[in-house]
Amino acid sequence: MTAALTLAPVTGRRRPLSVTLAAALLALVVLAAVLAPLLAPHAPDAIDLSASLVGTGADHLLGTDSSGQDLLSRVLYGARSSLVAPVALLAVAAVLGVTLGVLAAWRGGWVDTLVSRLTDVMYAFPGLLFTVLIIAVFGAGMTTSVLALGLAFTPTIAKYTRSLALAETRKPYVDAYRVQGMGGTRICALHLVPNLGRSILGYLVVLFGEALMSLATLSYLGFGAQPPSSDWGLMVQEGQAAVVQGALLPALVPGTAIALVVVSFNVVGVWAADRLGKQD
Amino acid sequence: MFTPLQLARRLARRLAGLVATLVAASFVIFAAVYAAPGDPAVFLAGGRDKLTPERLAQVRAQYHLDEPLVVQYGRWLWDTVHLDLGRSFKYSDQVADLIAARLPTTLQLVAYATLLYVVLGVGAGILAAVKRSTWVDSAVVGGTTLAASVPSFVAAIALVSVFGVQLGWFPVTGAGDGFTGTLHHLTLPALSLALGALAIISRVTRQSMADAAASDHVEAARASGVPERDIVRRHVLRNALGPIVTMCGLVMAGMLAGTVVVETAFGISGIGSLLVNAINTHDFPVAQAVLLLMVTGYVVVTTLVDLAHPLLDPRVKEART
Repeated sequence: MTAALTLAPVTGRRRPLSVTLAAALLALVVLAAVLAPLLAPHAPDAIDLSASLVGTGADHLLGTDSSGQDLLSRVLYGARSSLVAPVALLAVAAVLGVTLGVLAAWRGGWVDTLVSRLTDVMYAFPGLLFTVLIIAVFGAGMTTSVLALGLAFTPTIAKYTRSLALAETRKPYVDAYRVQGMGGTRICALHLVPNLGRSILGYLVVLFGEALMSLATLSYLGFGAQPPSSDWGLMVQEGQAAVVQGALLPALVPGTAIALVVVSFNVVGVWAADRLGKQD
Repeated sequence: MFTPLQLARRLARRLAGLVATLVAASFVIFAAVYAAPGDPAVFLAGGRDKLTPERLAQVRAQYHLDEPLVVQYGRWLWDTVHLDLGRSFKYSDQVADLIAARLPTTLQLVAYATLLYVVLGVGAGILAAVKRSTWVDSAVVGGTTLAASVPSFVAAIALVSVFGVQLGWFPVTGAGDGFTGTLHHLTLPALSLALGALAIISRVTRQSMADAAASDHVEAARASGVPERDIVRRHVLRNALGPIVTMCGLVMAGMLAGTVVVETAFGISGIGSLLVNAINTHDFPVAQAVLLLMVTGYVVVTTLVDLAHPLLDPRVKEART
């Protein structure tokens, strides 16, 4: 996780200024996504070829792209898929990863070996290549991308959960439930996993930035969101041709949105993970 | 140091692991076609459009589709090891030729990017370690973290906008000819590829140097009046080198996958953009071959880095045994 670094060394209990700023920015982006229909001055897919590549102005605050679509409106609507898709991806990865991780830690033996061998094979695919393989087979699209990336994020979460669960199974309360005659599945589902919940949630927050970045990259390559979506990664791809003509806004506006949200999530994520982990 | 027997045993174990991982990964890449919905023959022929019964029969014969999966895999692996990667559906060229024509550009890009992140990343890390707990330290950590949060395709567009279009210092697309032409063309792509790695390299350098600086022999050298420059260079940096070199090697191994995005952004004709095009045109033999090549490169380089670590830092052996 190269992106998961703190901006400033954590000192004392006070919340650093960078965290406050990042959290405020994220709140604004979420608000923009929810209120997009009210805030957007134009429809995101309203094509107006007479207003192609217009610069910033009163009618188009952030200018237009080559089809004359209003960039501000597109970025506002694009915040929806750009924020919801990473959540869906992490939900898929969390369900699979936590199940496998707890199973490996609880059963041990050949189950543990099998899970770690599967993990090793997936780790042999660097970067987005495992996801790309799945897309090569099942075709491009947002659903495929979310599921494929969910699968690609699974080993990381499984490994993390396994290490947490191993320590947790040694705690006396597990034996206490077992002595009372409770089955392994029930102990795991009702007590073990809920007890790990905070740490896993913190880890998911840290992974969010990378999830958003990966999805935007897939959309940029044409593997994720498809036109006429206003997904930010796709917008950068569509705006790239205009950059050579000297019109920078169509690519830079969505590109800046991606970078700002990822940076903010990494800053808030590390801080949140730190606190969620400590209070266990 | 190692006795020859220990060394041989370690080498043998590593190589066995390498082969096992490669066999498993190649099986995943090969078997993926069979997990696809529909008839693999239709899929391998590139979809239903323009599909004649003759073409279908040809594909079936070419891929021996009537045999069991494991037999087919063995046959494919045998051909692949002998560099017979089949024919591209789109270009009707040998896949091996397509890759051979594009690989040099990709390797140049990776080499250039590696040079950049080693020099800039290690340099920034040393600076942060020497000026520890000052504003320089915070600026390095903050700046590199920020750079790591920007996806490489966004960095590419931003660099093109500023240095390509506005200032006109660098070309916007292509890979260039000759040494200076290539260097000129690949500067912005290599920089986009390297930016994300700066955070991890500088952090490892900073931490590794801080650990080395805390040891007793550094204290002793300082007490006996060795100049600070020599302490940093001969005592701190030399002992901190192991983790730094390892991390640089690991990042380089993963960089081959990063070329997929950067080559697409800059319109460079390498194996990364070849993979993207192959997927968009359902050219599965090409996609399979490039994926296998990238995975092989990654696994081989990470294994080499792992093997080289104790040679560079003899203390690792003691820690492990």
